[in-house]
Amino acid sequence: MLIDSGSPGAVGTIGITLTINGERREIAVAPWTTLLDLLRERLDLTGTKKGCDHGQCGACTVLVNGTRINSCLALAVMQDGAEITTVEGLASLAAREGKNSLHPIQEAFVEHDAFQCGYCTPGQLCSSVGLMNEGHAKTRDEIREAMSGNLCRCGAYTNIVDAIEDVMQGAGR
Amino acid sequence: MTVQFSPAAGRDRFVGQAISRVDGPAKVTGLAKYAGEFAAPDLAYGVVVSSAIAKGRIKRIDAAAAEAVPGIVKVITHENRPATSQKPEDYQDAVAPPGAPFQALASDRIVYSGQPIALVVGEDFETARYAASLVRVEYETAAPLTDVTAQSGASYDPPMKRAGIKPPPEPWGDAAHAFDTSEIRVNAQYRMADEHHNPMEPHASTVVVEKDGTYTVYDKIQGVSNTHDYIAGAFGLKPEQVRVLNPYLGGGFGSGLRPQYQLFLAMLAAKDLGRSVRVTLTRDQMWSFTYRSEAIQTVALGADPSGKLTALKHDAVQGTSTYEDYQEVIVNWSGVLYDCDNVALTYSLTKLDTPTPGDMRAPGAVTGVFAIETAMDELAHATGQDPVQLRLKNYTEGDQTEDKPFGSKELKEAFRQGAERFGWDKRQPEPRSMRDGRELVGWGMATGIWESMMMQSSARAVLGADGRLEVGNQTGDIGTGTYTILTQIAADTLGLPLDHVTTKLGDTKLAQAPVAGGSWTAASSGTAVMKACRDIAEQAFKLARGMDNSPLANVDFERAVFTGGRIEVAGDPSKGVALTDILKATGTERLEATAEAAPDKDFEEAYNAYTHSAIFAEVKIDEELGVLRCTRVVSAIAAGRILNPKTARSQILGGIVMGIGSALHEESMLDHRIGRFMNHNLGEYHVPVHADIHDIDVIFVDEEDKANPLGVKGLGEIGIVGVAAAISNAVFHATGKRIRHLPITIDKIVAEG
Repeated sequence: MLIDSGSPGAVGTIGITLTINGERREIAVAPWTTLLDLLRERLDLTGTKKGCDHGQCGACTVLVNGTRINSCLALAVMQDGAEITTVEGLASLAAREGKNSLHPIQEAFVEHDAFQCGYCTPGQLCSSVGLMNEGHAKTRDEIREAMSGNLCRCGAYTNIVDAIEDVMQGAGR
Repeated sequence: MTVQFSPAAGRDRFVGQAISRVDGPAKVTGLAKYAGEFAAPDLAYGVVVSSAIAKGRIKRIDAAAAEAVPGIVKVITHENRPATSQKPEDYQDAVAPPGAPFQALASDRIVYSGQPIALVVGEDFETARYAASLVRVEYETAAPLTDVTAQSGASYDPPMKRAGIKPPPEPWGDAAHAFDTSEIRVNAQYRMADEHHNPMEPHASTVVVEKDGTYTVYDKIQGVSNTHDYIAGAFGLKPEQVRVLNPYLGGGFGSGLRPQYQLFLAMLAAKDLGRSVRVTLTRDQMWSFTYRSEAIQTVALGADPSGKLTALKHDAVQGTSTYEDYQEVIVNWSGVLYDCDNVALTYSLTKLDTPTPGDMRAPGAVTGVFAIETAMDELAHATGQDPVQLRLKNYTEGDQTEDKPFGSKELKEAFRQGAERFGWDKRQPEPRSMRDGRELVGWGMATGIWESMMMQSSARAVLGADGRLEVGNQTGDIGTGTYTILTQIAADTLGLPLDHVTTKLGDTKLAQAPVAGGSWTAASSGTAVMKACRDIAEQAFKLARGMDNSPLANVDFERAVFTGGRIEVAGDPSKGVALTDILKATGTERLEATAEAAPDKDFEEAYNAYTHSAIFAEVKIDEELGVLRCTRVVSAIAAGRILNPKTARSQILGGIVMGIGSALHEESMLDHRIGRFMNHNLGEYHVPVHADIHDIDVIFVDEEDKANPLGVKGLGEIGIVGVAAAISNAVFHATGKRIRHLPITIDKIVAEG
């Protein structure tokens, strides 16, 4: 299915193919459309949040080929061929690993009350998965450092670190 | 204490337990939708153009180039703005301070930097954003006045008082004379920076034009009733023509109490175009409508050599806008916290060319308590007293500002438990006496206080034939856990499993309730939900008694126990009947009840009600580099009954984190030459990040309170109050240097003198 991004003020569109949460999609996208706006405004994947649009808050964090990025700083046309996982796809990511409900990090966030308003949460979750994929952070201090691109104004930081540590230790329920 | 939720010998089963948020799964899967995320057919996007000057007028605004962009629907400016109500009072929302509220695009006048001056509406977001950059504006510029220090000489007592905000009490004793004759005196000025709320979700509104001509409005607001009444008034609509929803709010902290200009503009465009419109503000526009304005404060304390207060003076001058007299309670806390015979408290405003300031988490208390609690630490040092002992020496069991006892006050116990958990007894009193390697270690403490309030509120409950219960009202869950605690209360009152209860909030179709703010929601909505569920319990009981061969036939309501979806006889669980069977047998489709809760007048007459905290903080400061870390905070909270220790703890954690922000990071910097906040982005306005936050320990002290049947006192604000003072006192203990101007940044630590 071709999705026309529809941006009449733009010079035109460019056809790209993205695999989003396991689903292959062909999209005609305006060159000025960010991956974040494509997800939120054209594909109705509003789980990924816009907090600043400047790469300063991390609310828009998604996984591109398993690596966490700020989707507000990525133009959609530059992601042609990429595999993208948003918060809506974390559970299916877990399903591919043989789990049949939420991703362990999602369960750990609920258990540890690692959010309040929930707006930074999708970014924190994707960033946590990206951090675990990187495999660098081992201690609480290292987790804190490596999660510092994801702001939480409600101040759930200590609970977020508890949740990540829980999953890293394989103790996620 | 035992509050009985079931009508008879009820047992709390969920209330008091650390239940995970019922809205948790929606929030971790991305399914929770926020105001700017609701879809509508043929949705147009509005992008706001902001004023580049702070004061003056628009000489010329040229939107031709913007309008010429393919995909632009319309550009609305003050020149072609569709008419709205001419009556200023129609723009006065439920929590507006005295004055004439700001109206976007009302005229060519500019009253603050960043003021909206045009709305560019396009077929899509990118096109509208691009076209907005093409709007050309010529201004006639006047010199803005934005420096509260420079304007403090022009301060005034606000002629109209803001509803719900107590002006300073009349002075008692003779503070000036007592201060002059006191043996020990401390007298200093305290300052905080301007702060901006910056919830992670930028303000947004989606106005959907329905086929029947009514409007469905999704707005970032802490209470949908406020948006509803504002829209109906400003746009001359009948109440039933507008429905407002906001099931989730991506953080408010007070910034969502009042309807903001993106709502007005989205509605203006939608009504004009007959088309659904969404307006989302950019992050930098989050500096263009409300903020915690700085107050210049002076605290003068007189004491005898033992540290007993003999005189207390606290004065504050706070900035407000040119068009509204925003007011908050800054100085009164000093009179409530300490026993003293000679007290004088003053509060005045001064006009600035900024947007009207607004309530930001514990408005006034964050500001005032920072000053008094730092001053008390100065007094502790001056008299050689331990800071906790000094506070105990001046402890009060009554509110001197109104000569009333406290409804409850377990602050002494908070001091005890907080100090014990922190290890306060190992503190060496001398500044610069504790070290960890090359870092100086400082231990400081402070008291926090917030008013415990309740607002008139209603709630509706519906029990279906399937045994499932729905409860709800209009208030918002702003991240506080309201969905969860109301679900717990409802489940316990009717003895239902948690998963049989659904709580709905944030919809004007639901029962009336005020905005979520002031830490009053648990008491107000919680009591209303409990009463509505009790009403259903009584209805169900009556039906059950009338059933053929009813096991409850000769049982009084007082002996009925609601548990496991059944009504049972107390002491004889074998005698009982399921709620579903009652409805089925009596041919009842559903049971419904709407209940209203209001503050207990007798209690309010007799007592003043506050929550309290004892905060202990540790800082470590690199002596050479001045780099500061807040490594440990213990906060012991006395706030009545805790409905859910998990979400309650999160409320306090969040308050502490924002308090650390106040103390060490947050500072909106005005360039007074152009009257503009210059660091209007999250890269330059620093809020605490993961790496800034270390160990935080929260203690809830047992406290029995009778202001409402739930025994709750509210938790949203108390966590932040006093945190900045505890940290600044720790910095003094570490360095011997008293920094009275927040935030405490490296430059202030390493500065000479």
